[in-house]
Amino acid sequence: MADPTDSEAIDSPVERLVERLVERLWDAVLAGDERAATAVVRRALDDGRDPEGVLLDVIARVQSRVGEQWAANRITVTQEHIATAINERAVATVAAHPAAARQPSRGRVVVACVDGEWHGLPARLVAEVLRLRGWQVDYLGAHVPTPHLVAHIHRTGPDVVALSSSIPTLLPTAHATITACQAAGTPVLAGGAAFGPDGAYARLLGADAWAPDARAAADRLEHRPLPRPQPDHQAIDDLPHLADQEYTLVARTRPQLVRTVFAGLEDRYPAMRGYDEAQRERTAGDLAHIVEFLGAALYTDDAELFSRFLLWTAGILEARGVPAQSLPPALDLLGNELKDFPRATGILRSATARLTRIPLTVGGAAE
Amino acid sequence: MVNPTQEAAPSVRAPWNEAPYPVLVADDQGTLVSVNEVAGLLFPDARAGSALAGVVPAWLSSAHARRLAPAVTTPAGADADIDVDVDVDIDVDVVAQGPVSDRSYEAHPTVRGDGTVVWWLVDDTDHRLAREALRMERERTDFLGQASNLLLSSLNLGRCMDVTAQMAAEHLADAALVIAPSRGRELPIVSCVRGGVPVSSRVAARPEAVPGLAEALQGFPPVPSRWIDPATAPAWLVPEGFGTVGSIVITPLPGHGVPAGALVLLRRAGGAGFTEGEEVFARLFAARAGAAMSAARLYAEQASLSETLMRDLLPPSLHQVSGVEYAGGYRPSLDHERIGGDFYDVHPAAVEGEASLVVLGDVCGKGLEAAVMTGKIRNTLHALLPMADDHQRMLNLLNTALLSTHNARFATLVLASAIREGSTVKLRLTSAGHPAPLILRADGRVEEAATHGTLVGALPAVTAETAEVTLAPGETCVLFTDGITEARGGPMGGAMFGDARLRRVLVECAGMPAQAVVERVQMLASEWVGTGRHDDMALVVISAPRTHHLSAVGGHTRGRFTG
Repeated sequence: MADPTDSEAIDSPVERLVERLVERLWDAVLAGDERAATAVVRRALDDGRDPEGVLLDVIARVQSRVGEQWAANRITVTQEHIATAINERAVATVAAHPAAARQPSRGRVVVACVDGEWHGLPARLVAEVLRLRGWQVDYLGAHVPTPHLVAHIHRTGPDVVALSSSIPTLLPTAHATITACQAAGTPVLAGGAAFGPDGAYARLLGADAWAPDARAAADRLEHRPLPRPQPDHQAIDDLPHLADQEYTLVARTRPQLVRTVFAGLEDRYPAMRGYDEAQRERTAGDLAHIVEFLGAALYTDDAELFSRFLLWTAGILEARGVPAQSLPPALDLLGNELKDFPRATGILRSATARLTRIPLTVGGAAE
Repeated sequence: MVNPTQEAAPSVRAPWNEAPYPVLVADDQGTLVSVNEVAGLLFPDARAGSALAGVVPAWLSSAHARRLAPAVTTPAGADADIDVDVDVDIDVDVVAQGPVSDRSYEAHPTVRGDGTVVWWLVDDTDHRLAREALRMERERTDFLGQASNLLLSSLNLGRCMDVTAQMAAEHLADAALVIAPSRGRELPIVSCVRGGVPVSSRVAARPEAVPGLAEALQGFPPVPSRWIDPATAPAWLVPEGFGTVGSIVITPLPGHGVPAGALVLLRRAGGAGFTEGEEVFARLFAARAGAAMSAARLYAEQASLSETLMRDLLPPSLHQVSGVEYAGGYRPSLDHERIGGDFYDVHPAAVEGEASLVVLGDVCGKGLEAAVMTGKIRNTLHALLPMADDHQRMLNLLNTALLSTHNARFATLVLASAIREGSTVKLRLTSAGHPAPLILRADGRVEEAATHGTLVGALPAVTAETAEVTLAPGETCVLFTDGITEARGGPMGGAMFGDARLRRVLVECAGMPAQAVVERVQMLASEWVGTGRHDDMALVVISAPRTHHLSAVGGHTRGRFTG
């Protein structure tokens, strides 16, 4: 498979070397060859490459390519999972290598994913980089229930919690978790795609800091310690728009909304009645996803969040040869159900307008 | 007391003469025109005709000058003469205010038609004292409220000590130390200098070395705060670079029936010492800090207790054993719990060349009680390992043990003996009332293992049939509990996850490493239930490792859309 990075201009020998490592790891990961993948990493460290660079410039880049290739339908879900599993082993190989051994010389950090977040690799990378920079790190893993996180905070008294989430639909959960950590007297550094390209949602939800990637997270904690949160802060003050209850009602009635919209689509497209079980379920799943993202947009009061998701979905569908024409009718039916909800209808209307106006390209939409 | 030139009427008839408040009348030259009786008592030198500036405090004479200023042009020199040493609160507009000997007065002017000003003096000493007391009380209440908020937010002892030291250093003293009681030879200490950050350390010192510290740390009998002579204080009691200590007071931190520690407050030489009021206030603060610290200590003890008890009940982390890959995943029904009624174990063979035993089971019920029962079953099975090759016998012995146990619950389980043979893995699978394991073939077919049997702990005997299965490289056997298949939810709500869906999910997992299969099934089942209620969910995946690349997942074929 030809890879787009092959044609990129590479100027320095170091970059060329890193590039070669990326290619070798990518091949091993895609072949599902764990032994080859860990060997690439181990040899790089044996040759004296900086462990942080191997984690972030090699493994993290291979992982983001896995995501891109899946979005563009160049690899299957299965391949994506195998690749991710092997990349995790590669991270473990770095962590276990003598070159990555460190004595803690800074404070204590807890790294965790929001409950419902199953993509643990970005958080794992943050945990390993912080450990390399001298922090004592407790990595709690993916999908950490908030009560476990809070119990851990009370038991260990960390200086900061680094919280990771990649999916915007988890923002309400992330908000509850951020608030809980702060109520336990611990500041939160938020990271991951869920918090928006510029971290706007991290600020909105009252996180004490935000970082776009693992290196920035480590730099941020290194340069300025996060102050302890003040206990007089009320979470509702951050999101006064929640008073209209639109988020609560949409989130609570999600299954009913999906059922109604599904039935409406069947009326408009009789062909849908011929769907098999798996097809019906996939459609229902897509609708549930749309309602969840609508919920996240209502929670953050940001119509753009919903539009971005729809454009991305349309791109994913198009890459798989599925026409995205079913999206506007679904939004229309959903709008009928929610016509008494002014914020929800506004969000749906602006997304529909964007969807029908902008020509879709996989690359652009999947970014 | 008569001004013959300006006041024709005798002053005795002036209305203010009998007034119960001091009244002074002065003209535009700053000369007193009239002084009433009470004013005469207050300002003994004040007479009609004398200069105001000489007989009343400067704040009052300068207020008079200012009062005249708009009407009369006062020479700059005179003004400067008057405005000396004005260390008082002056209401610039109308009312002047300032001290007279040990009391405080407000002076209200009224200008009369002839240009003289009548100064009416009102004693506001008590009012001011009350206001000052109120302000201080508000500050203290704020401080205590803030202290409570900060202390209540954490159940971590170190954090509570940090907060206590920092707040005390900011509000009560120039520096503060919090000393926790210790069973060892070292005293855990957090110290904080005003404006600094709390620093924790351990000091090898006996509390007896500091007068009053041992008693304060003991917590009982109740002891008052105690001043100690700074000269007798050991060096470790004074933070580095603090300077000369003026006064030190040691206050016990009262806990919930257990000693919580001691608070040491230090002030620098040259500053004010501790007043009695401040010391009482420090005790109020200490009561809050002590309560928080002992709650934190209690929590830490309970947490470590339950952690110790729970250690053997937690699901083990699985990995490759003797050439067979294992992975497990567990989600208890209650999110705040870490254990429940499902369990699994992998027991490596005691002798090389024999099969490892995998157990996955489900005790009737959930929560802690079910978890305790899983612990008993896991222990019993562990003891029965020598006969691990005979599943029937093992199950019957377990059955007998459960039947004879008081308050036992029944359970369902699967036993799997796994051994690597060449590049394949041979499995013997026995289900006792449990969903049959699913076998995921390399080509994506999913088969159900042909084993079934009765549950354990309910009937006098267990009957079960064992299935023999061979896994080729890359093939996988999935053991799971019904918490997964019976999970309710889905995009439309209320639907069961079900066997068929589990099989569809597994088809997509063909060729994945064991850990990835576990995560995929867990993720989809969790997303299926969403925020709804669910039972405990557990699964164990046994895989024959792939010996070389599978063409289906090779890097050089174009992927097929399966999502």
